[in-house]
Amino acid sequence: MAKKKKIQSYGIFALLVVLACVFIYPILLVIQNSFKGKLFISNTPFELPNKETFVGVQNYVEGFAKTNFHKSFGYSLFITIFSVLAIVLFTSMTAWYITRVKSKLTSTLYYIFLLSMVVPFQMVMYTMSKLANTIYLDNPVGIIVLYLGFGSGMAVFMFSGFIKGIPVELEEAALIDGCNPIKMFFKVILPVLKPILITVAILDAMWIWNDFLLPYLILGSNYRTIPVAIQYLKSGYGSIDYGQLMAMIVLSLIPIVAFYFACQKHIIEGIVAGAVKG
Amino acid sequence: MQKYYKKYFSIFVLPTLLAYLVAFIIPLVMGVYLSFCKFKTVSDAEFVGLSNYLFVFKDSQGFLHALWFTIKFAVVGILSTNLIAFALAVLLTKKVKGTNIFRTIFFMPNLIGGIVLGYIWQLLLNGILIKIVGADITFSATYGYWGLIILFNWQMIGYLMIIYIAGIQSIPADLFEAAQMDGANGRQRLFKITLPMVMTSITICTFLTLTNSFKMFDQNFALTAGAPAHKTSMLALDIYNTYYGRIGFAGIGQAKAVIFTIILIVFAVIQLRITRAKEVE
Repeated sequence: MAKKKKIQSYGIFALLVVLACVFIYPILLVIQNSFKGKLFISNTPFELPNKETFVGVQNYVEGFAKTNFHKSFGYSLFITIFSVLAIVLFTSMTAWYITRVKSKLTSTLYYIFLLSMVVPFQMVMYTMSKLANTIYLDNPVGIIVLYLGFGSGMAVFMFSGFIKGIPVELEEAALIDGCNPIKMFFKVILPVLKPILITVAILDAMWIWNDFLLPYLILGSNYRTIPVAIQYLKSGYGSIDYGQLMAMIVLSLIPIVAFYFACQKHIIEGIVAGAVKG
Repeated sequence: MQKYYKKYFSIFVLPTLLAYLVAFIIPLVMGVYLSFCKFKTVSDAEFVGLSNYLFVFKDSQGFLHALWFTIKFAVVGILSTNLIAFALAVLLTKKVKGTNIFRTIFFMPNLIGGIVLGYIWQLLLNGILIKIVGADITFSATYGYWGLIILFNWQMIGYLMIIYIAGIQSIPADLFEAAQMDGANGRQRLFKITLPMVMTSITICTFLTLTNSFKMFDQNFALTAGAPAHKTSMLALDIYNTYYGRIGFAGIGQAKAVIFTIILIVFAVIQLRITRAKEVE
């Protein structure tokens, strides 16, 4: 019996190792090809770089210069950080208000916010991008407003669920001590919200960092975020240089992998919390 | 207290509400209205009743094909991702060596954006296809279809696995012990305990995969871009192409988007009804 179990667990282990290799292989393949000349990629991607095909870091240097990758990285970072901050700050305040102040208006607002969670982006993208152009939101600062708008549905929903569980006595005590509601929110509520705040921040950061269509429509080629820069590398320069494409894909993966290893625990917990709440 | 709070509405709610109005509510209302209009720019919109909607259902518009393609994709995508993710979650909760490393690896693809995912798989799949059949993924809609399914699995399995692992770990251990004492074998424990107890996770994961597969755009745009001849265009890509492909067709794109929204909501409600009914308290 014990022996049978041991064999079984070796079998499971071996199966998992094989699967893990299958999961990693596509990324290794991209890395391998990022060091090859552009003519040796699309037809023979599986061959390792050799004397004839190895070009060193040439793809990285040229791709970086062609795409202005540092600028794209800057735009992506700026937009992601400030959109996430805006979402977390404003929607937590909104969620607190519509949870605590019970009226027809607030309960209607709650359901109106939920609406954005079921309506696909294609429903609003055409009219939204026209409107954003008209009111000058088609720049890296303006797009933060749009992210706040699109992110508010899920964030309000998740914060509201959490705030319902906070005892009101906590807030009343602070108000009796002479705090106004704004001070009370930042001193008493915000610290209690920390776990759900991290969850919302991580889910939104992953979404905004990787988002393609919204920056593509709103910012176009003026301010290319990383996904948009990669798309342009594929189709915006006439002929495709696969070497540079591979190299820039590798560069785009580095911040994601770094972020993942730095906050893996929070990401996993955030996914579970987000899924159960959502 | 409530009255005292009321004057703070503008500080607590207004910023979010304004952003929400600009990004979502106003475009939504405009979008619904424009689906009944013919226009080149939004300002010259002319009311034409239901004609956009009637036009959408003509075969030549590609919508019905995209809808059918998306449904076929969703069915196979939902089943394959959930089955594999659930199987992995069961294996990874059996206390094998290196569980954490495996979990880390399986989840990693989920952090990569759809455009990059599309190009990674284009490289790999084209390499294989060129070697075996001498043509790339744009050659046949069948290649594109299975390419999208493989990509979707690679992206979603890790995410779903995390949710299933959390579900399995929340099952009280004494349930399994009691079952073992009663002589239940592994298979019976799986079907009589694990599956019913993780029904909540199944609801969440089928919902996520259903909505994600219906809304999928980036991966489709990067991997096949609809080739050959729009045969692998899913709904989101078809609508995008209708908006921006030909001048004067935005109203038809908008009508497609309204139908898309309704279909998605109906499917999501049906799915939630079915899986929720099987949940145990």
